[in-house]
Amino acid sequence: MRFVDFAIGLGLCLLGFSAHALEIEEQRSYAGSGPVVVRILSTADLAAFEPFITTFQAQHPEIGVDYTVSSSAEVYRAIQGGARYDVVISSAMDLQFKLANDGFAQTYSSELTDRLPSWARWRDLIFAFTSEPAVAVVSTELFAGLPLPKTRQELIAILRENPERFVGAIGTYDVRTSGLGYLFATQEARISDAYWRLSEVMGRLDPALYCCSGQMIDDVSEGRLALAYNVLGSYADQRLAEPGNGGMQIIEFDDFDNVMLRTAIIPKTVTAPQEAGLFIDTMLATGLRQNQDDWVLPPLAASNTQQLSFGPIRLGPTLLVYLDPLNRRAFLESWQDAVEQGL
Amino acid sequence: MTPNSSISRRLTFLLACVAAVLSVLSWYMVTEFARQAAERTQDNILEAAATIIAEALRSEDGEVRLELPYSAFSMLGAISEDRVFYHVATGTETLTGNAPINANLTAPTTGQTALDTITYQAEPVRVASVTRVILNNQAPVPVTVSVGQTRNGVSLIANDLSRTAGIFSIAFFVLAVGLSAIVARTSLRQLKVIAEAVGRRGPSDLRPLRHPAPEELAPLMVALNSLIDRLARSLRQSEDFITEAAHRVRTPLATVRAQAEVALRRVESADEKQRMRQIIRAVDESSRSAGQLLDHATVAYRAENVPDNRVDLAFVAKVATDALQPTADMKDIDIGLRTEETVVLGDRVLLESALRNVLDNAVKYSPPETSVSVTVFKADGFGQITVSDHGPGLGTAPYDRYTNRFQRGENVGGTVGSGLGLTIAKDVVVAHRGTIELTDNEGSGTCVSLILPLA
Repeated sequence: MRFVDFAIGLGLCLLGFSAHALEIEEQRSYAGSGPVVVRILSTADLAAFEPFITTFQAQHPEIGVDYTVSSSAEVYRAIQGGARYDVVISSAMDLQFKLANDGFAQTYSSELTDRLPSWARWRDLIFAFTSEPAVAVVSTELFAGLPLPKTRQELIAILRENPERFVGAIGTYDVRTSGLGYLFATQEARISDAYWRLSEVMGRLDPALYCCSGQMIDDVSEGRLALAYNVLGSYADQRLAEPGNGGMQIIEFDDFDNVMLRTAIIPKTVTAPQEAGLFIDTMLATGLRQNQDDWVLPPLAASNTQQLSFGPIRLGPTLLVYLDPLNRRAFLESWQDAVEQGL
Repeated sequence: MTPNSSISRRLTFLLACVAAVLSVLSWYMVTEFARQAAERTQDNILEAAATIIAEALRSEDGEVRLELPYSAFSMLGAISEDRVFYHVATGTETLTGNAPINANLTAPTTGQTALDTITYQAEPVRVASVTRVILNNQAPVPVTVSVGQTRNGVSLIANDLSRTAGIFSIAFFVLAVGLSAIVARTSLRQLKVIAEAVGRRGPSDLRPLRHPAPEELAPLMVALNSLIDRLARSLRQSEDFITEAAHRVRTPLATVRAQAEVALRRVESADEKQRMRQIIRAVDESSRSAGQLLDHATVAYRAENVPDNRVDLAFVAKVATDALQPTADMKDIDIGLRTEETVVLGDRVLLESALRNVLDNAVKYSPPETSVSVTVFKADGFGQITVSDHGPGLGTAPYDRYTNRFQRGENVGGTVGSGLGLTIAKDVVVAHRGTIELTDNEGSGTCVSLILPLA
């Protein structure tokens, strides 16, 4: 019987994989002393996330962890297609929320989920465990002689006045492919008109479009880009802390913050719900800590203490708005008009 | 509740039952209203959201277009953490949406809002639908916007209010039980007052109850008064009978005595004289008893309504002493009378008969050639008549006993008596709000004091 179950499970898994052809960027298994394995599907780089797994296995050595990294859009598609994972972690809050709203998430509650502030959870379906602002990263060398902008308005002015310096030297998310980029862009467009003006200005400077924060930061630190706009502050901080990366600076704008909450859900397809709950608890315990230590992913408290702006992006039905196909199409049309001017 | 348990407790219990029913009812109603209010709030928000979305519909390049307004979803997310579903359809074609919540809905007519509760993914979902007609390529196209939301927020609010209402209901119930107990006790106080009034009455007080009674107690009062009336009448009848009987006996006895005295003077042998004397004594005794019965009946009758006449106890003592003088003379008993003017309020006839009976007892139980003293004086606001003799005394029995009807002392020996004397005296004194005291006379004999409040 068990073999049959296993075979069916394996078959379903293969079916799920083949049907949606999940593009895996990284994968690693951490064996536990017992047979149970928590399967995690995540958008966070292994390097950034590994401390969570280490902490978890220190507390529960009997549970193995299987960690798969993919893009947020891929993660969303996989879960919607019924792929079998125990915990789903994503930086794309909107897609995570849509999964929970549309009934793909399992409820979970524990003492730790009760301790979460109300903005860091939605019902007992989604739980945030980090809060990470979007920042701009500039190359010290290529920005030399220019004042560092404090607001987006100042950034627009600097870009306008020095087009020769920035042509082809600006990087930002390709919002068509990056879920997080799309989330940051839509939230910014909603909050401020400056977004479209900035996009227009950047579009005239033939910007390079990226899928991920990491590559953008790489290119800034290596001098290929003068400015990377809307990258994850956590990754930038980590890169800045590495030796030999003095060549870049992080700018957090004063006019408003765009703070993303990294969230976790337990999908309905969960096979080890108890272990999944334990893993969520470990993440939340870490997320609720007060100081960042040397972890890459900052705790929730990081955004709580910032007085500026509107606080983190709100977990709620408003996240559905820009995911609507019609809205998405309209937004992408505008974005394309602004950013791809084809110099 | 057994039928003979306390009315107060029963009343409290019944009122508490009523309070419990009202509490549950009010709790249910508040809960129901709260739920309805919460539901209506959600309905309004869903309607508003659907309307806002419908207003964003437009036609562009031969295509129906829609940019979902952020505010509609912001509103839906503001009051509760409920799952949100939406669906926009042009005719039968889906324009956009995240769930087929319109599947079983009939599209409302233009300008109308339809509300319905459906089940989606095993959860009840409240859906508001609005239809708007868009001109597309010069052709009117009806577009139906449906917005749905799960009802967790509604039940959360409803449960919250229900819990609050529950606490209030319990508090109300406890308060109501407390008030019920007070009300029950207050409304029964009248009954208690009447019961006490009846209980306080003396044994011979058979006047009708004149207490103000609530309407509900009136039948009880009437019945009670009618019972008292009948009792009084029957008592009076028996007293009347006794009076009548005593009268009838006394007159022939007087004749017998007169004849016996005549016969005594005629007979010569000592033996016959002795027998005649015995007859006379027996007749005297019978006559005396009949007198006492008469007195008793008189007292019982008159004591019901003692008038407030001014009576000088000195005068009463004089009359009584004079009346007993012949009897005393026969036994060579000297009656010493010492009086001062002592005026009390009451019935002279009753007071005379009381003192006469006491004095009669004293004379009767005193051995020959002794003295009986009668003293009238005032002390501490009371008038007092004291009769002391040198008779056999009262013995060791409790004094109360002598004032009971037909009870006689232990030391009476062969003396004939009815045991009514002190009872009469006591009844009279009590009717005058006074007391009677029996003490041993120093040395030997009895001392009887009638103590009456002064006028």
